Amino acid sequence: MTYFSDVAALARKDLLLELRAKETLPAMLLFVLSSLTIFHFALPHGSGRLASLGVLWVALVFTALLGLTRAFVPEREQGLMDALVLAPCDRSAIWVAKTVAVLAFLGVAEIVALPAFAAFFSGVDGRMVGAVALADLGICAVGTLTGAMAVAGRARELILPLLFLPLVIPVVVGGVGASIGAGGKYLGFLALYDAIFGLLAWASFEYVVAET
Amino acid sequence: MVTAHNLSKRFGAKRVFERVEVELGQGDVLLVTGPNGSGKTTLLRVLAGLAAPTGGELERPHRGAIGYLGHEPLVYRELTPLENLALFGRLYHVAEDRERIGMLLERFGLWHVRHERVAAFSRGMQQRLGLCRLLLHQPTFVLLDEPFNALDRDGAALLDRTLAELAERTLVVATHDPGRVEHLATQQLAFA
Repeated sequence: MTYFSDVAALARKDLLLELRAKETLPAMLLFVLSSLTIFHFALPHGSGRLASLGVLWVALVFTALLGLTRAFVPEREQGLMDALVLAPCDRSAIWVAKTVAVLAFLGVAEIVALPAFAAFFSGVDGRMVGAVALADLGICAVGTLTGAMAVAGRARELILPLLFLPLVIPVVVGGVGASIGAGGKYLGFLALYDAIFGLLAWASFEYVVAET
Repeated sequence: MVTAHNLSKRFGAKRVFERVEVELGQGDVLLVTGPNGSGKTTLLRVLAGLAAPTGGELERPHRGAIGYLGHEPLVYRELTPLENLALFGRLYHVAEDRERIGMLLERFGLWHVRHERVAAFSRGMQQRLGLCRLLLHQPTFVLLDEPFNALDRDGAALLDRTLAELAERTLVVATHDPGRVEHLATQQLAFA
């Protein structure tokens, strides 16, 4: 129970910080809406559902990247990772809490993005919502780990996309696959990705923030 | 008990310190002096477990027994003092944390601003809050890096009294102005 109350305290802190600073979520909302609007006008008329689905998944991945870039900003700018790693709580709790917070921001961005996609391009069905939800888990799990890795490096703005984007290619494959109608198989693939990469990220976070 | 034998730290080819020997027990106060960039901060980070030594052996208490205050107060600027201390009280599993938080905020003159965001505080007030965070879990091994930075006369006097109390535990203080701590020190380490 202590582990989960540590996670709750840390996640509450991240949500409270965003509620006060209002830096990450407005940027994510503006980005995803701008991207969909630009593609709405940029794609040739009659491009078809397949092209629009690609647009949606690109927009979602880069919106997530925007949120992940900001995820560790308070810890980085104020040296607070020192205070967190010195605490006797399990260090993976920091990762779980950060993942939950980024997941919440991404979820809110998608609550706005999916209706906008439906308005600009084509309808959204339950399978697509399921695929987006499963993809979010994997994106946030892997992205939070790579975000923590990038915090330790010097060229952090460069490192995060370089680490994150190759790792989420399977998520895009699974997400597009599930969205175009090949349903169950790709949803299973996304769930498997979430389980494997979630477990790996959870287990390896301790080493990412360990003393160097 | 804190023991460092033949401790060294390098960043690539740059040698920060070499062959440092430290042996501290309860009631020992180590004063680390030296000019800017001489390696005081790095030594404290190594002793705290925030950086790994390149060589040598180091024994120190477990994480929960360590209190560290570096150049930053290590508190969230968008949170209030109460929210900050409640968070760290939770993470350090401090029993009866409400009473202790209240007592520390009173002691460091921050009770009246307990609901205000730290971002609006002066650097000296942030340093006082950093000291509250440091003392919250009653650490037995305390490391302070230039603790008098940004403190006004009252704050410095308060820290003097706090240091006198902390001297009963195991204390390491790094400063380029040793005058305020010298009388407490049982050991000194001077970096060139």
